[in-house]
Amino acid sequence: MNLKLSPKLSQKIAYTALAIATMIVILPVLTVIIIIIKNGWSALSWEFLTTMPKDGMRAGGILPAILGTLAIVSCAICVTLPVGVFAAIYLNEYAKDNLLTRIIKLAIVNLAGVPSVVYGLFGLGIFVMMMGFGVSIIAGALTLSIMELPVIITTARGALNSVPYSFREASWSLGVSKWQTIRRVVLPNALPGIMTGAILSISRISGETAPILFTAAAFYVPHLPQSMFDQVMALPYHLYIISTQIPNMPKNIIFGTALVLLLMVLSMSLFAIVARLYFRKKRKW
Amino acid sequence: MNGKIIDYIIEKIIFLCGIIAIIFVVLIFGFLLKEGFAFFKEYGVVNFVFGKYWYPSSDPASYGVLALIIGSLLVTVGAAIIAVPLGIMTALFIAELAPKGIKDILKSIVELMAAIPSVVLGFVGMVTLVPLVRSILDIPTGLTAFSGSIVLAFMAMPTIVSISEDAIRSVPWQYKEGAYALGATKWQTIRRVVLKAAMPGIIAAVMLGIGRVIGETMAVLMVTGNAAAIPDSIFDPVRTLTATIAAEMGETVKGGLHYKALFSIGLVLFLITFSINFIADLFLNKNKKNC
Amino acid sequence: MVDKIKVENLNCFYSGKKVLKNLNITVKKNEILSIIGPSNSGKTSFLRTLNRMNDMNVNFSREGNIFLDDKNIFDMNPEKLRTRIGMLFAMPIPLPMSIYDNIAYAPRVLGLKNKKNMDEVVEQSLKDASLWDEVKDRLDSSAIKMSGGQQQRLCIARILAIEPEVILFDEPCSGLDPISTAKVEEAMLKLKEKYTIVLVTNNVKQASRVGTRTAFFLMGELIEVDKTRNIFLTPKNKKTEDYITGRFG
Repeated sequence: MNLKLSPKLSQKIAYTALAIATMIVILPVLTVIIIIIKNGWSALSWEFLTTMPKDGMRAGGILPAILGTLAIVSCAICVTLPVGVFAAIYLNEYAKDNLLTRIIKLAIVNLAGVPSVVYGLFGLGIFVMMMGFGVSIIAGALTLSIMELPVIITTARGALNSVPYSFREASWSLGVSKWQTIRRVVLPNALPGIMTGAILSISRISGETAPILFTAAAFYVPHLPQSMFDQVMALPYHLYIISTQIPNMPKNIIFGTALVLLLMVLSMSLFAIVARLYFRKKRKW
Repeated sequence: MNGKIIDYIIEKIIFLCGIIAIIFVVLIFGFLLKEGFAFFKEYGVVNFVFGKYWYPSSDPASYGVLALIIGSLLVTVGAAIIAVPLGIMTALFIAELAPKGIKDILKSIVELMAAIPSVVLGFVGMVTLVPLVRSILDIPTGLTAFSGSIVLAFMAMPTIVSISEDAIRSVPWQYKEGAYALGATKWQTIRRVVLKAAMPGIIAAVMLGIGRVIGETMAVLMVTGNAAAIPDSIFDPVRTLTATIAAEMGETVKGGLHYKALFSIGLVLFLITFSINFIADLFLNKNKKNC
Repeated sequence: MVDKIKVENLNCFYSGKKVLKNLNITVKKNEILSIIGPSNSGKTSFLRTLNRMNDMNVNFSREGNIFLDDKNIFDMNPEKLRTRIGMLFAMPIPLPMSIYDNIAYAPRVLGLKNKKNMDEVVEQSLKDASLWDEVKDRLDSSAIKMSGGQQQRLCIARILAIEPEVILFDEPCSGLDPISTAKVEEAMLKLKEKYTIVLVTNNVKQASRVGTRTAFFLMGELIEVDKTRNIFLTPKNKKTEDYITGRFG
């Protein structure tokens, strides 16, 4: 290996390698999306979205799974958003630089790293068994809300932190208290950032299967969810079931289900990403 | 005066929410520990950790976690070998080479990648990758650790790319300026100055990505074949820690030995990811201080 | 003249580092007390202690007392104190809302609900800050879009709306051009009739133009305070003379 490349040439080679690596990373994403759209498109219809499954789920629609996922996810975000935003307010506006704060930050980092299936175990132990909610919307929603808490806290903190400190000072100097300043100046200006973070979170937990596996999801329920304490079908779990547990499942229904889930998740993410770029450009300060 | 009281109450609530993360970490750990200890008392820690066989339904049942740990390890190492170099190279490309408009698009795609549900990736892997692996390698089944590694590599990618990219971007421009002033080309600067300065952040990114892979459940459950035996090679079917919990919890008697055994696996997972995240956080803080 | 503010043996620290050393000074009613001195002499720290803005900084601590009308400010509610001692910052900080809402912001939070009264407060405050004629037709437009000089006068109007007794100016003209500066100084002289003013400035000439009395700070110590005329014509301390004649700083 005595061969010494000129700096110019080695730069060229390196750049090409980096570009190829990026392609290798990006292409499979697009491929996955294209495969699902191509194979699932034919199953997609108004009927598919709005009717109950038939023939042991080998025909009919996926309405109960869609509604189940919507129910679980909306309950989860209603719990986790206020708690997460308050926690972010504590960390960004009130916390002093001391041991407690360091422990809180460490706890958030670790909570973010706990595997989703372990959240499922925890939810099963606490909400399903100990609190006696049973396998239900509420148990699944609470499990998901704990799982999403660190993400919400982190994005909300970023949004609060992007509001200039001088706005707070201007408000305090007028005799306005710390909480009133947060409520009337800091929060309104952090709101776009918090909301895009929340939408990304909703999109993420819509696709989660492991945490609801033993806390909320049912193989098949012949009716639509009636109350918070019902077991429900859920879209990601339904996809898992029909793609692994049911023999002779028509391929296009599986792909159709995957497509609906993917569209739900990606459209929300895309919306949030675009909104964030928009607000960043439009920012007033 | 009324406003004062409301301020006071709200600030108390804010504090409570502030420490809630600690409460949950302690609760989760405590809960896993409680069930885990009950299991260890009945079955023995040594039998659990060093037992080679996981046969919960045979009589007497055996709950040896070793095969599962090896399964998880094998899949994870495979995924890391694929994801780490590709991820770092992509991060470099996005941070240093891509023009502004393309940069935003690439970053958005990486973020969208993170949003694709693992069950969807598992399904697509099952119907495309698994048959491909089987026919190319000419092995009896495509449901192998190798297939799992490929799918998981792409699930680790968004974490590795976005956190590395952050670290690379936060290298102060003075460092680069200095290298350019000495006549270095852009690539020499990237390789010798930027990569070095961003290294703690990149290490953290890799660790967090690996943490994600170890904890990933649905995709591995669907593509690795779920054979609870110690594999001979990466082209054998394996079963991971996470997949075992997901696959078996439904059949257990709540509160029984099998149920508790699965919680013990949860405890093992919790401890692994806890250490990984703890160390990654140290590196991330070091990165902040560097810059 | 009556003492409005009396500072007794004040020592201030940031992270344990002393930035104000055993300070004793008074501010008299309806005067403009100018504080001059090189940067890092403790001028701004002093100002931020007067309205307890430093309380918001976790690294800050202090010893000694400050009296406002003979009552110790450290025994008062800090929010209440700040409605009595308003503060104008070096850079204008309009809040990202309309001109009207900027003025109405504090009165609204502090309990003024009546819309008609609010309109009067906004108009009067803008008039007192010599801004009314320029903005009366666009009260609903964003305050961020105003020019720097207008923004700084808006900030003055915002303070006037809470009807303070004392106004602290922290280098209010450092970012402004000469014409805008003249307008702010004019406003200051007008305000002196109703309010007590403490002005921190890096601009020695500004102190000589508007100050009733002038104090010279150096390295956290009060070197000299006297009628502005005396400070500039017959300073007692050599260091004061060196500073105002531009020999250092």
